Amino acid sequence: MEPFRTHTAVAAALPQANVDTDQIMPKQFLRGVDRAGLSAGFLFDLRFEAPGRPRAGFVLNRAPWTEAGILVTGPNFGCGSSREHAVWGMRELGVRCVIGTSFGGIFADNCARNGVPAIVLPAEEVQRLMTLAADPARCRMTVDLDAQTVTSHGDGRVLAFAFDALRRQMLLAGLDAVGLTLQHAEEIRAFERRHFAAQPWLT
Amino acid sequence: MTPRTLYRRIVDAHVVRRLDGPATAAPRDPAGARDPAAARDPAPAAGGPVDAAQPGGACADGAAMPGDQVLLYVDRQVLNEYTSPQAFAALHAAARPVWRPAASVAVVDHVNPTTPERTARTMVLADADRARQVTTLGANCARHGIELYDMLDARQGIEHVVASEQGLVLPGMVIAAGDSHTTTHGAMGALGFGIGTSEIEHLLATQTLIYRVMRTMRVDVSGRLGPGVTAKDLVLALIRRIGADGAGGHVIEFTGEAISALGVEGRLTLCNMSVEAAARGAIVAPDDTLFDYLCGRPKVPTGARWEAAVRAWRGLRSDDGATFDATVSLDAAALAPMVTWGTSPDQGFAIDARVPDPAAQPDPARRRGMARALEYMGLVPGQSLDGLPISHAFIGSCTNGRIDDLRDAARVLRGRRVAPGVRALVVPGSSTVRAQAEAEGLAQVFIDGGFEWRQAGCSMCVAMNDDHLVAGDRCASSTNRNFEGRQGAGARTHLMSPAMVAAAAVRGAITDVRRLLPD
Repeated sequence: MEPFRTHTAVAAALPQANVDTDQIMPKQFLRGVDRAGLSAGFLFDLRFEAPGRPRAGFVLNRAPWTEAGILVTGPNFGCGSSREHAVWGMRELGVRCVIGTSFGGIFADNCARNGVPAIVLPAEEVQRLMTLAADPARCRMTVDLDAQTVTSHGDGRVLAFAFDALRRQMLLAGLDAVGLTLQHAEEIRAFERRHFAAQPWLT
Repeated sequence: MTPRTLYRRIVDAHVVRRLDGPATAAPRDPAGARDPAAARDPAPAAGGPVDAAQPGGACADGAAMPGDQVLLYVDRQVLNEYTSPQAFAALHAAARPVWRPAASVAVVDHVNPTTPERTARTMVLADADRARQVTTLGANCARHGIELYDMLDARQGIEHVVASEQGLVLPGMVIAAGDSHTTTHGAMGALGFGIGTSEIEHLLATQTLIYRVMRTMRVDVSGRLGPGVTAKDLVLALIRRIGADGAGGHVIEFTGEAISALGVEGRLTLCNMSVEAAARGAIVAPDDTLFDYLCGRPKVPTGARWEAAVRAWRGLRSDDGATFDATVSLDAAALAPMVTWGTSPDQGFAIDARVPDPAAQPDPARRRGMARALEYMGLVPGQSLDGLPISHAFIGSCTNGRIDDLRDAARVLRGRRVAPGVRALVVPGSSTVRAQAEAEGLAQVFIDGGFEWRQAGCSMCVAMNDDHLVAGDRCASSTNRNFEGRQGAGARTHLMSPAMVAAAAVRGAITDVRRLLPD
């Protein structure tokens, strides 16, 4: 996984509540057996009238947000289906961080597994960042995962955020979670012996 | 020992090792930081859980606490054709074996056709991409020795329906799968939750997940459901009450008289759709109703092992005095059949209610969401849905594609016909359900009534095969998501119980099923 330490980029505002992963990555893009090429599907019906015909009014189709690398989202962004395709497509499009009051739980986990921190902030702070993100002159932000701060260049404020300690370490170092876990292989085997001895009906 | 919830009991029994403490607050307090702790544990939104209790005290007995990171052992995973291929590919790229092939079962369910005939000929997928997903799953299962219920297998069906009817999920287990509706399995007294593909890879390689311990929410349902009111109505009422993110970060335990009185299939519906309130799991404590359901199923232990298992399973309950992080109370007797009017599962109401006015909603984001939903759905404030014409009726899905669901719908349909101009489909949740419905004569009721009687799969719930709607279609649907475009771009979905769908199909318009029920 590509490490995430700090990321400075244009932030785009997507204020709608409950944007589900069916909207983030519609079904016609779920036919593959690999992870590549999914940026074309990201928020497809919001971004495009038809394949190759962008909706001129949609934020990600307008400068400077065509270069957006951070999304400030409405509540419960990424709810619904577990499809990790949603995150693969978002990441491929260049988004490295999402900020909101809450996220779909599986979506947030998927983000963490793809080098994309999902940062939860209080509603009034998300609203402030949303307002800045909607202003082309003030929409640049820096997310520093090491320091756990979001700097909004538009108003010069530095805001601290909380984050799972382990998830933070893994993102900062770009760790391979499977490899890390396999260092405990002997403990897993010992657990299995106890678990199945106590509950023989599981085998 | 501190009294424990059932959820904590199951988690504690699956901790291989502790990994780390809860979220760290920000290391310093720069200008602009208000309250970092608030970000870790945001207050529930308006309309959210009530009676929120204080989180439990210090952890004196080594039990896992909310926010703890643990290496969690997973007993069982179910794989499907569209979320597993990239997991296998990553495993192969790293030259890692599958840790425990016997823990996995694979099912083709999302992309397979549901044509009425199921033969080697009809199960050739014309779409090359979908066909590759199916052949890739088959090849991966063959390579690693994983049991596969392929399209022509008599056990094929929607993964969550198959798992319980085959006895693949037992009380006290942890089960994870690459599908959000894996919460379904809480009805078996197990902890089930959906995961992404990277975590499927982690599970295949290690049989564990790096897991953050969730908070707990008790949903206590007093009284009994009235005639024509089902588990689907109960869960739609719960989602409406707490919101689409109301159980975020929580695992629900359902308790109360109404839950004890529900059959296992009703409980499966309830736990299945709890994810639409953002729950990360939803559990019902095992009881004799469940043991009766399990006994004799193909993968369930027999003889002395069964006896020993049931003795152990009777201990799977929350201790008296266990503390939940939130509690919600509902009165089953006060509920009416529910229907959704919007494009989020929390945008629902009782059939006799009227479409709400966004102008009355004080929160601007919610107001915009309501207005957008009404525009998409072609509805106006103050309108009644009772009498709203439909073009399609769909009975099926992992929420409501089981035998009890088909019995409920057939009871309404018997002796009646689908209204002219309505296309009505029944897609059983599994091939086993289909066979049983045929044996009971239910299939004939649907066929005589003008429904298409189809083969099992996810079908028009997720519309990833050829079963989908087109723009402007309006569907009475027993499924779980009314999202924009879920059943087809521009199509309008009204979620309701299978009996309500049957009633709507007969009348050609959404209606109160209680008018059509036999005395």
